[in-house]
Amino acid sequence: MGWAIALHGGAGDIPRSLPPDRRQPREAALRHSLQVGVAAIKAGRSPLDVVELVVRELEDHPHFNAGRGSVLTSDGTVEMEACIMDGNTKRCGAVSGLTTVKNAISLARLVMEKTPHIYLGFDGAEAFARDQGVETIESSHFITPENIERLKQAKEANRVQIDYTEPLTKVEEAPPSNGDSQLGTVGCVAVDGKGNLATATSTGGLVNKMAGRIGDTPIIGAGTYANKLCAVSATGKGEAIIRATVGRDVAALMEYKGLSLKEAATYVIEECAPSRTAGLVAVSATGDVAMPFNTVGMFRACATEDGYTEVAIWDDETCS
Amino acid sequence: MGGWAIAVHGGAGVDPNLPRERQEEARQLLTRCLNLGISALRSSLSPIDVVELVIRELESDPLFNSGRGSALTAKGTVEMEASIMDGIGRRCGAVSGVTTVKNPISLARLVMDKSPHSYLGFSGAEEFAKQQGVEMVDNDYFITEDNLGMLKLAKEANSIIFDYRIPLTGSDICEKATDAPPLKMNGLPISVYAPETVGCVVVDGQGRCAAGTSTGGLMNKMSGRIGDSPLIGSGTYACDVCAVSCTGEGEAIIRGTLARDVAAVMEYKGLGLQEAVDFVIERRLDGGGQAGLIAVSSKGEVACGFNSVGMFRGCANEDGFMEVGIWD
Repeated sequence: MGWAIALHGGAGDIPRSLPPDRRQPREAALRHSLQVGVAAIKAGRSPLDVVELVVRELEDHPHFNAGRGSVLTSDGTVEMEACIMDGNTKRCGAVSGLTTVKNAISLARLVMEKTPHIYLGFDGAEAFARDQGVETIESSHFITPENIERLKQAKEANRVQIDYTEPLTKVEEAPPSNGDSQLGTVGCVAVDGKGNLATATSTGGLVNKMAGRIGDTPIIGAGTYANKLCAVSATGKGEAIIRATVGRDVAALMEYKGLSLKEAATYVIEECAPSRTAGLVAVSATGDVAMPFNTVGMFRACATEDGYTEVAIWDDETCS
Repeated sequence: MGGWAIAVHGGAGVDPNLPRERQEEARQLLTRCLNLGISALRSSLSPIDVVELVIRELESDPLFNSGRGSALTAKGTVEMEASIMDGIGRRCGAVSGVTTVKNPISLARLVMDKSPHSYLGFSGAEEFAKQQGVEMVDNDYFITEDNLGMLKLAKEANSIIFDYRIPLTGSDICEKATDAPPLKMNGLPISVYAPETVGCVVVDGQGRCAAGTSTGGLMNKMSGRIGDSPLIGSGTYACDVCAVSCTGEGEAIIRGTLARDVAAVMEYKGLGLQEAVDFVIERRLDGGGQAGLIAVSSKGEVACGFNSVGMFRGCANEDGFMEVGIWD
């Protein structure tokens, strides 16, 4: 037993050749966000507060695909979504299609706490944000030059595919110059010393997505899930995570088959989600941590009460 | 065992004082839809085609809360959502915030078949619909007099404490129509609550399953509110073991990931279909949530379960079994 916290900044084809000037700011952000989370847990904040706090940090950081730094739709705009869930009560909140809300995760929490609903989308969600007086900011704030470039490359790749009718896999292997266009999502899971669990996930979605496309992040049981056994936040190809009901399945395997957190998480990532599509971070009520992924890498960090800390991008090692 | 099976529903949580004529209309619609599905199965249409066909029929009829006859948002408009899932490969498609598409279930299917994504919402979904050339109508088409009346009552109900008794009109309608405290679903008195959602689940003679769900959502909902129906794993789920469609209090269904859990207890605990349905209804609706679901298994079984007062439903299988019901 003991507290534990794990967070991610997205799983995907993160090339090992990622240049230092792209790697270091992200590692620093992971480390910083982890510290923020650990300090909050030690200060006795609830896991729900902790995950929201950490995800806000990650949303504000421009190098992850959430909040500022979100990838762009095919129209060149930003449409953000997020979801938060409390393990004890299974209360949850989700939002999609946000364009001006600075911290989507906080709006998701307000949906959970201030409405009789679980999930609000698009204009309705934006209107609710204004009712609640949350911080909103012009859409251009969220758009970074990197993402404009990513969108351009994604559109070119599509064009190449159509022109030369090359199989999609070939095109995907051609590395875009910044190497990490498949990135998706940020998330955080936490458990306190008493076994209370919470999870939060936030994203800009898929590069060049159709306007209105909703991914796995705001879908309870897919990208985000927590109950009394564990808390899970997933990242990767949304469509695959939805089909595999990743978040729920980790918990279901623990509950119905008696698997440990690590076994359940590994099984879901290795057997249920197609290769190169997913990663997740998860903690259990007893303070275990798991961070499996079947992509090239996953930006991640974790810490546990017994002093273990990890910040990593590649490798298959999970916290033990 | 083996052989095809089909089930349909028109929503869980029925007013125990629902007039007899309405009950009869509901039974007839359910029967008609079952027969439609059965003919399609006998003509060897694939399960996913059958699901879509049957739900289109339910959406087009104004009786239930989907397509025409959808519950209204607080603004008096209609915002529909739907999802469809093919057990083969667990492909899925979903839409939310649809306002001018005549058959949301067909749009959900197009998302699955013709887009690189699984779920489209609001103006993006409408835009996709235009590109696909699906049948579009004015939002007015979906609005019925009945529901305008219900919306008014729902708004009034929100502004008073639930302290009144539902007037009784007859005691042989449902055994629950007694001097009990007023029944509520999703915070609304049951007399104004529009049982959410229609759905269909199908398994063919080869054991292939498919499921679909469609709804106008919660009466008097905030614009932009998304319920369980378009959420894969909550309102709809299909895999190689079974297909499930749920209805009732959306929040409870989402928290219980009801549709996925039926399949999960079959896969991970080895329960049979009816056991799994009962398990999920008894144990996954904690906190007093009310809901119902229909399910079929790859073995040709069909089952339903609900803890609400009534669920409009019908089931049939290749052995000749056929049943349409509302109450317990």
